[in-house]
Amino acid sequence: MHDTHKFKIPVGPQHPSLKEPESFSVALRGEKILGIDIRLGYNHRGIEKACEERSYIQDLYLIERVCGICSHSHSTCFVQAVEEIAKVEVPQRALYIRTLIGELERIHSHFLWLGIAGHEIGFDTLLMYAWRDREIVMDLLAALSGNRVNYGINTIGGVRRDIKKEEIKEILKGMDTLEERTLYYIKIATEEVTMIKRLSGVGKLSKKEALRLGAVGPTARASGINRDVRKDDPYAAYAEVSFKVITDDHCDVYARAVVRLKELLESFSIIRQILEKMPEGPVAVKVPRKIPSGEAFSRYEAPRGEDVHYVKSNGSEMPERVKIRAPTLANVQAVKRMLEDRFLADLPIVVAAIDPCFSCTDRMVEIDQIDSGERRVLVWQELRDFSIEWHRKNGIDFSRLNKKLKLRK
Amino acid sequence: MQLEEKIRDDFRQQFPFLEGNITIARPRRISIKVAYANFREVLEFAMTREDLDHLCAITGVDSGENLCFIYHLSRENGLVLNLETCLPKEKPVLETVIPYFPDAEIYERELIDLFGAQVHGLPSGNRYPLTDDWPRGEYPLRKDWRPKQEEPGKEEFKNA
Repeated sequence: MHDTHKFKIPVGPQHPSLKEPESFSVALRGEKILGIDIRLGYNHRGIEKACEERSYIQDLYLIERVCGICSHSHSTCFVQAVEEIAKVEVPQRALYIRTLIGELERIHSHFLWLGIAGHEIGFDTLLMYAWRDREIVMDLLAALSGNRVNYGINTIGGVRRDIKKEEIKEILKGMDTLEERTLYYIKIATEEVTMIKRLSGVGKLSKKEALRLGAVGPTARASGINRDVRKDDPYAAYAEVSFKVITDDHCDVYARAVVRLKELLESFSIIRQILEKMPEGPVAVKVPRKIPSGEAFSRYEAPRGEDVHYVKSNGSEMPERVKIRAPTLANVQAVKRMLEDRFLADLPIVVAAIDPCFSCTDRMVEIDQIDSGERRVLVWQELRDFSIEWHRKNGIDFSRLNKKLKLRK
Repeated sequence: MQLEEKIRDDFRQQFPFLEGNITIARPRRISIKVAYANFREVLEFAMTREDLDHLCAITGVDSGENLCFIYHLSRENGLVLNLETCLPKEKPVLETVIPYFPDAEIYERELIDLFGAQVHGLPSGNRYPLTDDWPRGEYPLRKDWRPKQEEPGKEEFKNA
């Protein structure tokens, strides 16, 4: 007898509004996910190959464009490897500026995530609030670097721009406002019943599984793994500042939200310490165009987790090999486990909860009823609406909270 | 450097053939070069006895005659072991390390697509990262591979 409740749903890969496509093939029985098959690579641009045919300084700008959100993470990770091979002593002030930009980037990325997470669960007031607040840090990054993304701060041997005294004042002002807002979001995430109910127990990933599947960053820390490259393998100026590695033992989407929010508080504190302790002096040293033969493996705690770069040089102006492993590639493998035996209605928030960098989570869904041959097409918006409606019927409704919060402001 | 030296000495003691092939490049970075015949026992020792239980990535390198594969393993305290093994380019046949690191699957698929490595023991699944219609025998990260001069669609673009 045919099991007419078995479906296979391809999610992705293409949609006109996407910048980073990927594809999930979800096998369902009724509304339960039986298994998930992930196809990546749609956005493969051959950057590693291109690096071998360009100079180190050209590569720096190319690598900054690996990611539109954590661009500074990639450029710092690469430049650290090159500097290690060339045995360059980078001025302290430059290391502090790299740390400052890195933490501002983490703040903008975590606020971005908070907004997306709110949107995926139907809590659109949170999206509006978080993205409004994010503009504070985007303006600061634009003032410091001239750009909202791809800051172009790094160069081999230091940084390209110094920080002025008046900019320090503006940064501190921005941090105060953002800290106040973050405390408010932490209060909402940890006290508001609707939010707790919607996120708790969803997308479970035990500590054991997170270790086994090689999860990194907030995804791993929300499963109780105390790993953070900034602490374990300090780079830039992280050895000079004190901060806590935020972990949580809930092992679900709720924990991933709490970890990111609390990490924001640590970022504000790191930035204040950096600005207070920043030494005077030059911001760069001159490095010869030819890098001596050698190899280095560099790690960086990007907003999404451990980013790693391997660089091998051959004594010329161009590298022999550049290898990049971005954090999403490490985390995406855990998504399968998070979704197994869960409801389809949880797919949008579980995928969003690893803060994937390949995805804007806006794509087409085609439902193919396996036995009857019946087909229909859903867009991501419909899948999201289905998710929100499904949870509303099950007693989790954000509309009252959305209304309440909008009226208060 | 205490931990690095202790780990180096552990490997030396366990595998005398590694003598001269272990380097400590800097604090928290150890590199070991090992022949593929001994690779698995060294990997297993690193994982089970030295707690190097996180696979950061696998890097493929075309060194001319050989294809080399560097397994970057890390543990608590930020220590990274770069475990390198090389195979002749004509027969780059690896055994999967999924039994040790389930997350290795995607990294191994990358070695297949970009370097032309053969990985035995991989479960069936999608290729990564190249397209399904990518021509057979074309491995972009091999040194002798060059992108084609005439790219598809270029002519149409010129005439547009």
